[in-house]
Amino acid sequence: MTVVAAKGLLFADAANRCAPGLPASFCQHHETTGCVGGNGLFCPGWAVDNFDRYVGPFFRHLEIVAISVVAGFAVALALALFSHRHRVLIPPLLGATGVLYTIPSIAFFFLLLPITGFGLVTAVIPLSAYTLQIIYRNTLAGLANVPADAKDAGRGMGMSDRQLLWRVELPLATPEVVAGLRIAIVSTVAIATLAFLAGAGGLGAPLYAQPDFKTNIIMVGALTIAMALTLDLIVVLSRRFLMPWQRARPR
Amino acid sequence: MSGDVTNGATGSAEALSVAFRKATKVYPGADHPAVKELDVEVQAGEICVFVGPSGCGKTTAMRMVNRMVDITDGDILVGGTSVRDRTPSDLRREIGYVIQQTGLFPHRTIADNIATVPRLLGWDRDRTQARVRTLMELISLDADLANRYPAQLSGGQQQRVGVARALAADPGVMLMDEPFGAVDPINRERLQNEFLRLQAEVRKTILFVTHDIDEAIKMGDRVAVLRQGGILAQYATPAELLMAPADDFVEHFVGADRALKRLALLRVADIDLWEAPLAYVGQPTAEVRAKLDGAEVPHALLVDSERRPLGWLSESDLGRELVPATPDISPDPVIDRDDVMRDALSDVLQHETMYAPVVDAERRIAGILSVEIISEFLGSEDALSEEHLAVERPIAE
Repeated sequence: MTVVAAKGLLFADAANRCAPGLPASFCQHHETTGCVGGNGLFCPGWAVDNFDRYVGPFFRHLEIVAISVVAGFAVALALALFSHRHRVLIPPLLGATGVLYTIPSIAFFFLLLPITGFGLVTAVIPLSAYTLQIIYRNTLAGLANVPADAKDAGRGMGMSDRQLLWRVELPLATPEVVAGLRIAIVSTVAIATLAFLAGAGGLGAPLYAQPDFKTNIIMVGALTIAMALTLDLIVVLSRRFLMPWQRARPR
Repeated sequence: MSGDVTNGATGSAEALSVAFRKATKVYPGADHPAVKELDVEVQAGEICVFVGPSGCGKTTAMRMVNRMVDITDGDILVGGTSVRDRTPSDLRREIGYVIQQTGLFPHRTIADNIATVPRLLGWDRDRTQARVRTLMELISLDADLANRYPAQLSGGQQQRVGVARALAADPGVMLMDEPFGAVDPINRERLQNEFLRLQAEVRKTILFVTHDIDEAIKMGDRVAVLRQGGILAQYATPAELLMAPADDFVEHFVGADRALKRLALLRVADIDLWEAPLAYVGQPTAEVRAKLDGAEVPHALLVDSERRPLGWLSESDLGRELVPATPDISPDPVIDRDDVMRDALSDVLQHETMYAPVVDAERRIAGILSVEIISEFLGSEDALSEEHLAVERPIAE
């Protein structure tokens, strides 16, 4: 009896930590025996029965990642293209995006909370700020690696700066830009598990609701990894369409 | 003038003259000019080669023509119009541009690469496509390669695409900066010959930069030798350059082997070649042996039905009843009749053979070149006479 009571205490404790807005049932377990009662490493039965509770947070997580990466990508690319023509801006911009990158995410959320309030915006701002450094740096590297002879030929045939950028430089920088995008996506999927602290939800919410329940942790971890891998795969596959010349091997 | 250039889809735009009028370039912060008061007149339809040691300003001089480098003093007239009065991008679209590393766009197909300038000029799709097909034919590149990427082509093929791309909008002038510099020596020789054949057809005004005096003598109608500081040392025909170097610098640059270099002024097609008994696959060897008696060349050359050389027949080949399809001895080196004598001699020496088949543009046998012919030629007064060297440079068919 005392053993059962001790286990009950474990779950009662978890119930107390139930995150706001989550159904109370999520945090309570009536089973006191078997895999769940014994807090086994992974309880497939429970996972199947309770899969529903992860669907909402999963898509919310995806939404946070998508908005953050798209916003970050747009800003970083614009900054890179602008500073490519105005090169004095490169050191300060590298410094600024670097500083943003070093702010701890939790601190960033709490700094923004008084301004933007509890919700999606507060989560998306830091997450997209983190992608800036990665994508900006990679885009610049890509533009710097464009073969000098291709640029010289383009100019020598009468391309304007703008034509050279869009027809020659940017396409040839794509491999590095895409490499940066991949790192940005994967790291954003990981950091977005903290977005629930900003009140944005995502897969961090169910994780923190039952941090002692191993099956829950594994479910959240597996879904996060699956999301990162799937998004990465989509980017890798789209590369084939974006950069057909990269597949062209010498005969 | 610009109208002519953009309308010439058939490769018939008129070549333009290029005149350097005390053209000078001083780079900001430099003590000495990179090019100093350069005076060179290039006739329409001629190849003018800028040659000199590195740092002599030859590339700068060339790049001043399409304003990739802006002149700081003097002027350059293209077709009588000052380049200073032209918008750089417009001017460049009317001037073909070929560089050493080809500068092909790796992310674009061969067809798209060739179509670069027509697209910049806003040609419609059909016209551009037709032009690309014409050019690929002109540089004898297989139409199947149109949708490949540059990385899938050999170095020589890439270089030819570079030339085709420069010819795409049918420019009146072409600038070529060491266009064959990155190609191995054997392919370079072939590309040079091909290019001279092409030039005989398209008749562009060409400014050609090289550091290789042999290439300059072979390619140029006129050669401008530049010395350190971008100063013109001599501007003359290749023959004049070899016969009468203007000063010690030119003499030294042209080299001590001037006599040998004169071989570069003559084409294989210009000299009397020998004849070898020809043999065909399946012919009775008795017939071939009969022809060998008293022949100029004491070996029988096996040719295919198109008279393309397949190889030399050995004693054991001739020991059979019928001529075999695979002869014992390779025909190499096979020499192009448009080749200059110097390259031909070097090929023959390299292969350590006495005789080399000479072929025409269709690779059909045109005669046999022997070491003896060359040494006789070198030993004869003829080789050194002004008269022989003053002969107009022959143009291949």
